[in-house]
Amino acid sequence: MSLEKKLSIEGLRKSYGSHEVLKGIDLTANAGEVITLIGSSGSGKSTLLRCINFLEQPSDGVFYFDNQMIEMTSDHEGMTFANAKELQTLRTKLAMVFQHFNLWSHMTVLENITLAPMKVLGQDKSDAIKQAHLYLKKVGLDSDVAMKYPAFLSGGQQQRVAIARALAMEPDILLFDEPTSALDPELVKEVLKVIRLLAEEGRTMIMVTHEMAFAKEVSDTIVFLADGKIEESGSPEAIFEHPKSDRLKRFLNHEF
Amino acid sequence: MMNSLFHLEGYGGLLLSGAWMTIKLSLLSFLCAMLLGVVTALAKRAKSTTLYLIASAYTVLIRGVPDLVLMLLLFYGIQSWVGDVCLYFGWDYIVIDPFHAGVITLAFIYGAYFSETFRGALQSIPKGQIEAALAYGLSNMQSFRFVIFPQMMRLSIPGISNIWQVMIKATALVSIIGLNDLINAAVEAGKSTNNVFSFLLLAGAMYLAYTMVSNAVFSQLNRYFHVGIKESKS
Amino acid sequence: MIELLQTYWKPFLYSDGYNYSGLVITLWLLIFSVVLGFLMSIPLSLARNAKMPAIRWSVQAFTTLFRGTPLYLQLLICYSGIYSLALVQDQPLLNSFFRDGMNCTLLAFSINTCAYMCEMLAGALKNVDAGEVEAGKAFGMSKFQVYRHIIFPAAFKQSLPQYSNEVIIVLHSTTIAFTATVADILKVARDANSATYMTFQSFGIAAILYLILSFAIFYGFKKFETYYTAHIVKPHTNRPNMLGLFGKMRKVVRK
Ligand SMILES: Nc1ncnc2c1ncn2[C@@H]1O[C@H](COP(=O)(O)OP(=O)(O)OP(=O)(O)O)[C@@H](O)[C@H]1O
Ligand SMILES: [Mg+2]
Repeated sequence: MSLEKKLSIEGLRKSYGSHEVLKGIDLTANAGEVITLIGSSGSGKSTLLRCINFLEQPSDGVFYFDNQMIEMTSDHEGMTFANAKELQTLRTKLAMVFQHFNLWSHMTVLENITLAPMKVLGQDKSDAIKQAHLYLKKVGLDSDVAMKYPAFLSGGQQQRVAIARALAMEPDILLFDEPTSALDPELVKEVLKVIRLLAEEGRTMIMVTHEMAFAKEVSDTIVFLADGKIEESGSPEAIFEHPKSDRLKRFLNHEF
Repeated sequence: MMNSLFHLEGYGGLLLSGAWMTIKLSLLSFLCAMLLGVVTALAKRAKSTTLYLIASAYTVLIRGVPDLVLMLLLFYGIQSWVGDVCLYFGWDYIVIDPFHAGVITLAFIYGAYFSETFRGALQSIPKGQIEAALAYGLSNMQSFRFVIFPQMMRLSIPGISNIWQVMIKATALVSIIGLNDLINAAVEAGKSTNNVFSFLLLAGAMYLAYTMVSNAVFSQLNRYFHVGIKESKS
Repeated sequence: MIELLQTYWKPFLYSDGYNYSGLVITLWLLIFSVVLGFLMSIPLSLARNAKMPAIRWSVQAFTTLFRGTPLYLQLLICYSGIYSLALVQDQPLLNSFFRDGMNCTLLAFSINTCAYMCEMLAGALKNVDAGEVEAGKAFGMSKFQVYRHIIFPAAFKQSLPQYSNEVIIVLHSTTIAFTATVADILKVARDANSATYMTFQSFGIAAILYLILSFAIFYGFKKFETYYTAHIVKPHTNRPNMLGLFGKMRKVVRK
């Protein structure tokens, strides 16, 4: 694996009012690396992921994308981009898959997948549609779901559509926030299968999940968050077989 | 202009009597409409198909025909019909005054709205409660009086409040058939003092006060009657 | 009845011999006010949800004012009130605008329905799923694009039944236009009544015309809705529809 840095963050902090949720996080994602964030509920995993594409405004920190430092200013809520266009550009390179899918309910599956490529990336319609069908196939859906509306699909199908929607942006990094925790147990497998496939393709991914066995299997790096700080990080073997800190040991005992 | 607005040039009494007329009209029509609404809602639930058809046709008629058209139809229509009857029997000519025509029409129209509100409320009372009442030996009448009716009213408060707001404004139409309500009083005062604009604005402020005060009353009522109902997040 | 129809069918439908009248005028009042009110309600509904309290409150004051007073009074203020002001009479442009009953009627109706539509739309905008909005942002859409492709379409689709109701209410409200000398359906019915003393027939014809229009609007919206809101999973209704076409129509007041 080449060690080309895609994204790196230094000293990321985030507070809600006086409550500091992230207390200085350093994280680097290399090209092709699969990073999984684990940690107990409330430890700040979602917040970290959401700060990465600025759905939450970080309070402090330095961001590098493709080794370029991102220029930021701060307003009363925290750090923002000096240039709003640049934020949109960055977001097109980081595609997010949400816990609750967040498909646009008033659009068909096809419209969901093609909207952002057409309106944001400026692809033309026929290309976008062709791509959409390819990605639908990739996530294991028949092309006859293309004309359906999200509400008529099962949770597992919806999440796979959401993944196809993210892939259609041809992003540099995929972000997953607990992609399977809103799903019934029998539907979890079909989604994990898709994510595994993407990991094997060598895509760069940052993922939050409570599926420990799955994390162990697909990740290159596991990051254990506790109390808004990185308590421990390393390869799956290091984290799962030879945990060092007590908190991690306790956490793993609890999870398995 | 401001000056005349506050001195009312001696037309304050006229305006107040107009406002009183509007209040009387709205309250009386409200009560009659509510009664009619309860009856219609029950008719809609009745097993009898005829009753159900009549009640539904009534709602549909009201839904499709504007208030003012119904009002004119009833006002002039009943008038000419009563006139014919009087003529036939050789009685003195009986004149239907705008106030009663207004009450009849408004009650007739808004009764249909009430019936929808009450029907919805009735539907959301669990069947088991009525069965329980009957099982404990309450008569049909008693179970309506003690179990169904109180719940129906409580569940209907938001709907009733909405209809009331609409009714207040609908009373303004009765001035078109000649009732000396707030609007006609304001127009008359305005014309006599050459100050139509100010008097109309004043009437508007009075309507606004009326709607806002009743809004506050209804939200208090709603809070008061909400005991025992679990708030459902919607 | 037949003679009445023979004499009055033309004024009832489109012309009293000199000017447009009846149905055509009613439709013009309806379409103009609904379209203008709707267009104005779009920026206002955004302002209604604005971050700045001063903006939010001023829009709320506007909607409270126009929803808290009778439309008939608003029309009177427009037509008799404003025109009685010396300021307006002395200014040629204002003078010619407010002297015309049609102008005043269109103005009053548009603003009135705009106030109702504004509250409706503002509510629907707030109701759009936050997750869907976030997904839009996360995919790099600009604020404008998020509104244009996600928030507004979702809000419109969600409030279609309310729009249907509102348009029918505006149709019914157009009946007060005759008080500003506008020759709509009801004005023709009144003329017919005072000329022939056939009260039931004159107003009955008007009632039937309004009934037909109301149902045409209702079913037009229904058709549009089944096509346009296919994304909503609809509950099955078990109640047999005894009145066929008419049975489904409910009476709803506007909020
Ligand atoms: N919008 C917000 N306002 C205030 N506090 C917040 C907000 N969002 C999150 N928090 C707080 O931040 C902390 C971290 O939340 P976060 O959602 O990141 O946890 P998490 O690790 O993703 O937990 P989970 O596993 O339950 O998803 C929590 O204590 C939460 O209460
Ligand atoms: Mg989380």
